Amino acid sequence: MRKILPALIGLAILVLCSPAQAFDQATATALSVGDSDTRIEALNKVIAAGDAAALPFLERLIGDSVKTSGDKVFVVDGDKAVDPVTGKPAELPSDADDVVNSNRMRNEITAAISVLQLSSPDRAVRLVAAQSLQSGDADESKLPLVKAAEAKEKDPQIRDMLGQVEANIELTSSDKSLRLAAVKMLAESSSPNVKEMLSSRFAPDGEADPEVKTAIAAAIKSVEARLSRYELVAQVFTGVSLASILLLAALGLAITYGLMGIINMAHGELMMIGAYSTYVVQNLFRAYLPDAFQFYLVAALPVAFLVTAGVGMAIERLVLRHLYGRSLETLLATWGISLFLMQLVRTIFGAQNVGVENPGWMSGSVSLAASLVLPYNRIIIIGFSVAVLGFMWYLLTKTRLGLFVRAVTQNRTMARCVGVPTARIDTMAFGLGSGIAGLAGVALSQIGNVGPDLGQHYIVNCFMVVVLGGVGQLAGTVLASLGLGIVSKFLEGVTGAVIAEIMVLVFVVVFIQRRPQGLFAMTGRSAEA
Amino acid sequence: MNRKFLLQSFSALTLAATAAFATPAVAEDGTIKVGILHSLSGTMAISETVLKDVALMTIDEINAKGGVLGKKLEPVVVDPASDWPLFAEKARQLLSKDKVAVTFGCWTSVSRKSVLPVFKELDGLLFYPVQYEGEELERNVFYTGAAPNQQAIPAVEYLMSKDGGGAKRFVLLGTDYVYPRTTNKILRAFLHSKGITDENIMEEYTPFGHSDYQTIVANIKKFSTGGKTAVVSTINGDSNVPFYKELGNAGLKATDVPVVAFSVGEEELRGVDTKPLVGDLAAWNYFMSLKNPVNEEFKKKWAAYAKAKGLPSASKPLTNDPMEATYIGINMWKQAVEKAGTIEVDKVIPAVGGQQFAAPDGFTVEMDPKNHHLHKPVFIGEVKADGQFNVVWKSPGPIKAQPWSPYIPGDEGKKDEPDSK
Repeated sequence: MRKILPALIGLAILVLCSPAQAFDQATATALSVGDSDTRIEALNKVIAAGDAAALPFLERLIGDSVKTSGDKVFVVDGDKAVDPVTGKPAELPSDADDVVNSNRMRNEITAAISVLQLSSPDRAVRLVAAQSLQSGDADESKLPLVKAAEAKEKDPQIRDMLGQVEANIELTSSDKSLRLAAVKMLAESSSPNVKEMLSSRFAPDGEADPEVKTAIAAAIKSVEARLSRYELVAQVFTGVSLASILLLAALGLAITYGLMGIINMAHGELMMIGAYSTYVVQNLFRAYLPDAFQFYLVAALPVAFLVTAGVGMAIERLVLRHLYGRSLETLLATWGISLFLMQLVRTIFGAQNVGVENPGWMSGSVSLAASLVLPYNRIIIIGFSVAVLGFMWYLLTKTRLGLFVRAVTQNRTMARCVGVPTARIDTMAFGLGSGIAGLAGVALSQIGNVGPDLGQHYIVNCFMVVVLGGVGQLAGTVLASLGLGIVSKFLEGVTGAVIAEIMVLVFVVVFIQRRPQGLFAMTGRSAEA
Repeated sequence: MNRKFLLQSFSALTLAATAAFATPAVAEDGTIKVGILHSLSGTMAISETVLKDVALMTIDEINAKGGVLGKKLEPVVVDPASDWPLFAEKARQLLSKDKVAVTFGCWTSVSRKSVLPVFKELDGLLFYPVQYEGEELERNVFYTGAAPNQQAIPAVEYLMSKDGGGAKRFVLLGTDYVYPRTTNKILRAFLHSKGITDENIMEEYTPFGHSDYQTIVANIKKFSTGGKTAVVSTINGDSNVPFYKELGNAGLKATDVPVVAFSVGEEELRGVDTKPLVGDLAAWNYFMSLKNPVNEEFKKKWAAYAKAKGLPSASKPLTNDPMEATYIGINMWKQAVEKAGTIEVDKVIPAVGGQQFAAPDGFTVEMDPKNHHLHKPVFIGEVKADGQFNVVWKSPGPIKAQPWSPYIPGDEGKKDEPDSK
């Protein structure tokens, strides 16, 4: 491969040096008007010419800010139009139409932009361009430019990437040694695209040479082994991510139901109120602090906590206080409250879902390998649930309030005898549980829909986690959510979402029958109480 | 369950009360009663409320031009509250108590199936405005939405074409109920006929309201390594939002794995962050972004009506496919009544066949003379950042509906017209 490289570079340079056709009106028209085939032909001409002058126009083209009227092309900036070649302001005719790019066009234009960017002096631009070429499907038309770029490239990382891109293209070359070298190069890859490309060579019209064939088979095996490892990691990650959401949703309930023994059917609605608080904060930021919009989520946390804690304390003071010790009545009363809260939200915000936008740092993902992509919002939520868990653990075990809560839980009469203000502790504890439900609502607003019946989707899961973990046990709640999360994600992978949901429910029923006290049993006198 | 029951019985009570006081049983002289049967509360209210409004707008418009046969139309609006059995009850009330000449209504296939026996028994007339799975042809129903060959099949053909990305593998993803299951059955048979084998088709269903699409998106991603893949989504309702969000986060771009949806339109994208959806596709028979004089006028009329009536959507009036279908349906019924010279159902039914109407989709659409379905053009649009659609493909002209899909075994010999009474 190395031997022929200079020859090819020479060829490439020849192509590059051939009278570079400057970017002109005719090219702009050919790129924007006509059907996809003729436009792609024009695009390939631009690539063959290596005409970097076309770059700005191509970027506008993919940004959907090009309009045409007959054969005339305009680049539109807000309500002003400019000529794509001269950059002079132009009068936009009233019949001007948007240039529509299909997904195929978009692929081709992106690849063209990347290829042209390979000659950019900025390393970051070149890196991004090489990455995009590597994941996209570059074809023969880009080979000369890629080669030329590789020859000039000083940065080893980018040069490796370009080597991969070349290998991708050369896999179908007519030269056997080129093909063999390409296969060897590709065996190092961990991209699913590569596996697809290699496998496709086994088709009847694919590879004919037996030596290359065995090399391909070996390459596929090594890529596959790497892929399946990543897949396992990805599966565990989705399981943990689901677990973190279950945990967040159930933590508040672990206090109100687990410690205080209140069957709180309105728990889901408290989460819903937390999500709506996020929505309100988002709108306030958009209206009054558009510059700090990225941080609205941080501001939403205390707001949601305080709002839901307030609602929770009001519920406790006004309703639950009078029903302690009568669990059936509590159940009915909280169910009524949940209906009331849902209707209230419907009246204020309307029955439709509201849009809560992810701030920039919550969208997108970190790519550990081509096949292992971890979304930021999931990672942040996992971290957030751990933080909330830590906060709760600290509050319950290290503070006076926590001591009192535990004392009241274990023996109410005795606690009152030694001077614990049990009534106030009840209110505070319920407020704390509700506030944590509000925090869960903030997290949920980032991954799902925010609507009046948001809470309904989670309430069953919350109770399931708390009961499975053992009522009154924080560690049990953590383990139960982890277990449920990972098991249901693995099952979903095998059986599909519908069956997996049923199987998890059956499993929980059987488990509770065998072990009614849950994973962790309460020990001591309070267990019998 | 209990909660739903409580809500329903309550709304039923209020409705019964209003009905008892409001409408006289017999039409006053000079008006023709028209039933409107759309859910105004419950889970389907989000989609169906606008259909009620657009129907009222069309009726206002017809009345302003002098009505039908010299008489004004009088709308009778009932609320079946997204409760399928209640649809049948309300339909019976419309037909036997209010004696409406025609009914415009229903969205889900379940609700249509629920009212069918009533319309057959009492010989009523129903115009159904939503795309559906086919496999039905009733004398008392006119279907102004798309049959599978007017939406699903052209969409898949587009995905297989060069411009659509030349997909070789397909993920059929849907919500678990009758419409997605039937549509996917047809699509699977269609794909077989195009030489795509079962190992290149992945079929997945999720429950209503499903919100964790991590595993499914990971599976799609894995599946897509086997060749150029496209996703055909019949996910219904608000599950679409987490699904598209997850796609965006997992880095599956529309240019790599395009998703075409059959139940996502302008109204569904309202209030949704559309950035992650840009480039994904939807197949419909009408888009709000279509440029033609009839559509401009339709949009203007709707915006003015929404403003005049103070509808909650007036600040951002949107039109969509089922709204257009409702608009066409009412106008075609009017033309048919004028042709028949009477509102008698038995005389109107034959007159509806062959009616033509210049529709907002830019074509003069025709009701098939025989099979009770509309000939409709098909459009495939790409989602833009503003929640509108860019049309990337359109059929050369209106396509005739095939309610009996040739891809379902047993449908071959079925007649392309309803049985006569």
